[in-house]
Amino acid sequence: MIDEKTIADFIYREAELLDTMQWQAWLDLFHQEGRYWMPLEWQQQDPVLQPSLMYEDLLLLKVRVERLAGERTFSQKPKSRCHHLLQAPRIVACDEAAGMFKTRTSYIYTETRGDMLERYSGWASHELVRSGDDLKIKLKRVDLVNFDAPFGNIQLFM
Amino acid sequence: MAKYGNNARAIEGLVREAEVHRDVYVDPEIFELEMEHLFPNSWIYVGHASQLAKPGDFVTANIGRQPVMASRHSDGSIHVFYNRCPHKGVKIASEPCGNTGKFFRCPYHAWSFKTDGSLLAIPLKKGYENTGFGDTQANEGLSKIKNVVIYRDFIFARLSDNGVSFEDYFGESLSTIDNMVDRSPEGKLAIEAAPIRYMHTCNWKMLVENQTDTCHPMVAHESSAGTAVKVWKREQGDSTETPMAVQLYGPFMSPYEFYEQSGIRIWPNGHGHTGVANSIHSNYSDIQGYLGQMVAAYGEKRAHEILGEVRHNTVYFPNIMVKGAVQILRNFIPIAVDKTLVESWVYRLVGAPDKLYERALMYNRFINAPTSIVGHDDLEMYERAQEGLKSNGNQWVNLRRLYESNEEQDVTAVINGTSERQMRNQFHAWAKFMTMDMDQHVEAAE
Ligand code: FES
Ligand SMILES: [Fe+2]
Repeated sequence: MIDEKTIADFIYREAELLDTMQWQAWLDLFHQEGRYWMPLEWQQQDPVLQPSLMYEDLLLLKVRVERLAGERTFSQKPKSRCHHLLQAPRIVACDEAAGMFKTRTSYIYTETRGDMLERYSGWASHELVRSGDDLKIKLKRVDLVNFDAPFGNIQLFM
Repeated sequence: MAKYGNNARAIEGLVREAEVHRDVYVDPEIFELEMEHLFPNSWIYVGHASQLAKPGDFVTANIGRQPVMASRHSDGSIHVFYNRCPHKGVKIASEPCGNTGKFFRCPYHAWSFKTDGSLLAIPLKKGYENTGFGDTQANEGLSKIKNVVIYRDFIFARLSDNGVSFEDYFGESLSTIDNMVDRSPEGKLAIEAAPIRYMHTCNWKMLVENQTDTCHPMVAHESSAGTAVKVWKREQGDSTETPMAVQLYGPFMSPYEFYEQSGIRIWPNGHGHTGVANSIHSNYSDIQGYLGQMVAAYGEKRAHEILGEVRHNTVYFPNIMVKGAVQILRNFIPIAVDKTLVESWVYRLVGAPDKLYERALMYNRFINAPTSIVGHDDLEMYERAQEGLKSNGNQWVNLRRLYESNEEQDVTAVINGTSERQMRNQFHAWAKFMTMDMDQHVEAAE
């Protein structure tokens, strides 16, 4: 039985895995067909024929995670760290029969590296599917409030 | 302390035959002089005519640091003017693009201007009677940029009234834009979306030089492209088709020999491109239906000619790079001596399959976005250089790879693809366009 608390706990656990840099455990939260999407337009509909900042499947997310630990990944010397401050997730859809759940979570995200600290605000939208007793991420969409502004390096995950 | 102002000799002294002084990257005075001389004397990309489809459409841009705008007039013509009200200087347009309707209206005191920039009306006009207003520059409306050329829908402007003509400035380098446009079965490109924007805390010239730096990908991008190749090898299982993503990342890891033989072509005035014989874009899989469309549009021979030209990066001096084979233009916009805004645009090949546009968008977010792992590799190098160059131990940047003592300037040549000659070519042009109007300044002051 997946109830609203299970879903909210899942969202908090995901953020915690990112904040504690447990990358592999984070990847394990994704469904085989899962995607991480960072749109570049207001209320963007199409991740493929409209420009996005990121639209990545599990293969590409694995590349990112493996790169972070690379001996010759110079943009991670020193390493980045991140912090997620989440508002309570709002359950947008909870279809127990179909095993489909959607949430929307307002967040403030901080990424630091060395003496630099950058802060971003936005909304994370999760599409989750049931997998056994647990949930998997079908789609994690992060919409920045200022998606159209020019940023420096964003190396970790919102 | 002013060292370089109106001092053409001192500026030329920063560029040796195969070295440049670090002041070109770190000295704020040099940056000011670039804004005052180099950018106004050069032909600068302003926008694309597809962004100005209807009368009243406009785009804003900067030439150096000066705000300009381009608009489509009611008669279909395109005009470029300074984005500044002749009354008190307020910017007329504050958005990147839009449609103003029949006229521009200044938000401060409602002076209005036709879409060709000319003055339309001033409220309470009688207040200007017998004031001599008719003799002021304000009476002419928005100050117009006279030297504007629209080449195959690419809008370029030169702020200086005098200087090198568009044809002489770009010469044969326009062949890269030609090739990009010809890749549309209809001979037409369209901008459909905003660019990816990426802020760089480094001097703008580091980015421009990097476009033809073929000895860095296999080193600096081992972390991104190298990891992509490694992960794919491990995960591919029995799949026979390489995903588009891996096709885009993989070639960055090509060995030195690949870049050596693929070649670099240089042109006069600082333009040049990598990927003459072939390039990292040569081996992408065919997209279904596209070749057929091209053959139908151009005939067998011409279609293959167009698609066989797979140039890598073309630098249009001073500050854009065009990738014809992937339909991307990167604009390196100088903000400060150590700050550069990079805007990377994708063009849709009108009439071609969606898949080509999908691939261009994917390439753009893989390589040119603040979230791009390839971009992370590069920016890290620029930032370290911007810091490292403050060191006084050695004040010169070395550009001597494959230098020959009899190297001619302002020529067209095809050379070994690992040469740093295109960087030398750029700095020769840099000194030329920085100083070409300086002697006049000295004379005028005397
Ligand atoms: S500043 Fe534009 S109308 Fe006064
Ligand atoms: Fe690079």
